[in-house]
Amino acid sequence: MTLRIPMLEQDPEKRIQNFGEVALGYSADKAVSEAKRCLQCSEPGCIKGCPVGVDIPDFIECIKGGNFDEAIRIVRKKNHLPAICGRVCPHENQCEKFCLLGKKGEPVAIGKLERFVADYERQKGFKISSKPKSTGKKVAVVGSGPAGITVSADLAKLGHGVTLFEALHAPGGVLVYGIPGFRLPKEIVRAEIDYIKKFGVSIKTGVVIGKTISLDELLEEFDAVFIGTGAGLPRWMDIPGEDLCGVYSANEFLTRINLMGAYLFPEYDTPIREGKKVAVVGGGNVAMDSARVALRLGADEVCILYRRTEKEMTARQEEIEHSKEEGIKFKFLTLPTKILGDEKGWVKKIECVLMELGEPDKSGRRKPIVIKNSEFTIDVDTVIIAIGQSPNPLISRTTEGLQVTEKGTLVVDGNGMTSKGGVFAGGDIVSGAATVIESMGAGKLAARAIHEYISKK
Amino acid sequence: MRIDEKGERIPLTIADFDAQKGTITIIFQEVGKTTKLLGLLNEGDCISDFMGPLGNPTKIEKYGRVVCVGGGVGVASIPLKAKALGEAGNEIISIIGARTKELLILEEELQKISDELYITTDDGSKGHHGFVTDILKKLIDERKNIDLVVTVGPVIMMKAVANVTRPHNIRTIASLNPIMVDGTGMCGSCRVRVDGRTQFTCVDGPEFDAHRVDFDHLMTRLQRYLTEEKLSLDGAGLG
Repeated sequence: MTLRIPMLEQDPEKRIQNFGEVALGYSADKAVSEAKRCLQCSEPGCIKGCPVGVDIPDFIECIKGGNFDEAIRIVRKKNHLPAICGRVCPHENQCEKFCLLGKKGEPVAIGKLERFVADYERQKGFKISSKPKSTGKKVAVVGSGPAGITVSADLAKLGHGVTLFEALHAPGGVLVYGIPGFRLPKEIVRAEIDYIKKFGVSIKTGVVIGKTISLDELLEEFDAVFIGTGAGLPRWMDIPGEDLCGVYSANEFLTRINLMGAYLFPEYDTPIREGKKVAVVGGGNVAMDSARVALRLGADEVCILYRRTEKEMTARQEEIEHSKEEGIKFKFLTLPTKILGDEKGWVKKIECVLMELGEPDKSGRRKPIVIKNSEFTIDVDTVIIAIGQSPNPLISRTTEGLQVTEKGTLVVDGNGMTSKGGVFAGGDIVSGAATVIESMGAGKLAARAIHEYISKK
Repeated sequence: MRIDEKGERIPLTIADFDAQKGTITIIFQEVGKTTKLLGLLNEGDCISDFMGPLGNPTKIEKYGRVVCVGGGVGVASIPLKAKALGEAGNEIISIIGARTKELLILEEELQKISDELYITTDDGSKGHHGFVTDILKKLIDERKNIDLVVTVGPVIMMKAVANVTRPHNIRTIASLNPIMVDGTGMCGSCRVRVDGRTQFTCVDGPEFDAHRVDFDHLMTRLQRYLTEEKLSLDGAGLG
């Protein structure tokens, strides 16, 4: 059995000095070699593993034959953000999980191949055949993250007039403020967004729906509204000392870096604290991102504190491996209980307890239990809390008639329609924090439902 | 707002607006890089981004006798509030203060809106020589029935106002001004302690019960980037 073709990567010692992309992609030769590994199963499992149902064996077959243009055309039929998904999807839990080769050895590197054809297309320059005929219907999309982009592109392709509203000054949502450039370069997000603009999607930044314009005002002007405002509310641990200076939510830390360019301060105006001893609390991708950013800002030591073990971490395998290569330390079965500050209100230490794993909990993972009298402290000057995000309540707070769950997510029916007529929703605002591709899957469903809804209107 | 592609996002108060003309008025003091650069702009120049309004609007009701206490550039947000409260049938007493008379703003506007207006300067160059709280104390002593105090200005002043009204149980609302990044509840940079609980000023505020706000904590958090702010100014040759 052949092993998968490895992708070139920046050397760990070098890359922690810069914010450039870590994984450098396949060359055409390598992509073709990897594509040759695909068995072209008669009943491919990989497609079922893909939340947007990309015709994976078909596009891989095209790569194998050197027909990259056709390969990207096939990917784009189902996925509007291939250069992004090729980089940030948890492929090992989706398409690649069902690859027959993976049963005995390594699955086909589907994600890396997707990235390859998307990069090939971008370098060549996008071409759009022709703009679809206008239906005269208008749809407002609120939030320009993965769900919003997908809905916008799908509806614009059908000829509907789409206006995409974004509260921040740059479109892309979590792709722009959340995921660091070394994992997803911002010019790639810009290029993918330029691509959907070519279908006629109009993007309005700096508009906060619920504040600048109310949802009801949108309904007067548009035939339907899609809410894809994501899970932007940082969760806290609710332990003493969390509001000391030097304690960041991962959202703040990453937004300052990714959206505001704080790593280039003072060339860019937004500052960030360049901690020397940094603790990051959490075990997901956001925790890995925060830790790796802290390292690149010049920290001497960055430590991830996670209350379970490596096995239960929700981060992508690749991110964990990259973090380890870069020298991030991991303290598993460790739960922070208190953050201690100096007399000026800055972080000095973090107090933790050790945990052991008990019976499985609701998530199916073994529940961590505190070991008595196991307290210890770690010297730190910066703490980043990356334990998850909740849905953004801005719209539900300012709109009447939107049914919301206890967790703050919006209630939708099987078609993605909320309790308010003509208002659809999808992505993290409905599911709670999930992945880019799952939000895109929800966006696809909603786009289909919105199309039916406005076509009948 | 963000002044240019490399600019910081900073929160500013809307001092006035004209829906028909489609304009809003902001008043800012030149203290940091962004505000100094703003001050260099001429009529017709553009800034990169402007978003809002953010946070919750002031609750306008009939309270009775309302005292509005503004200090420094915080006075900018007093007229809109005072006007709306006046139109709701409240008696409006305004107290505004500044370090020195050149820094006093909106005196004329407030004269028109308020039933009474008091002015204080720290150096005595205009009005009462001293602090806004001196006048507030006097008013409380003279007239028993003050139903609401609204305060906007430097943290130290709002803290002093809260300390004056607390023993008299006068309802006091402070409008807070911490460091913000996105302004939509996403980052928590603007978190403040109110009644021992963490609140986000950008979406839960900006107005809170002044008797429950931990002003010392707010002051500490406002100083997080003092070094960088100076570096930023000096780097731009504006220091």
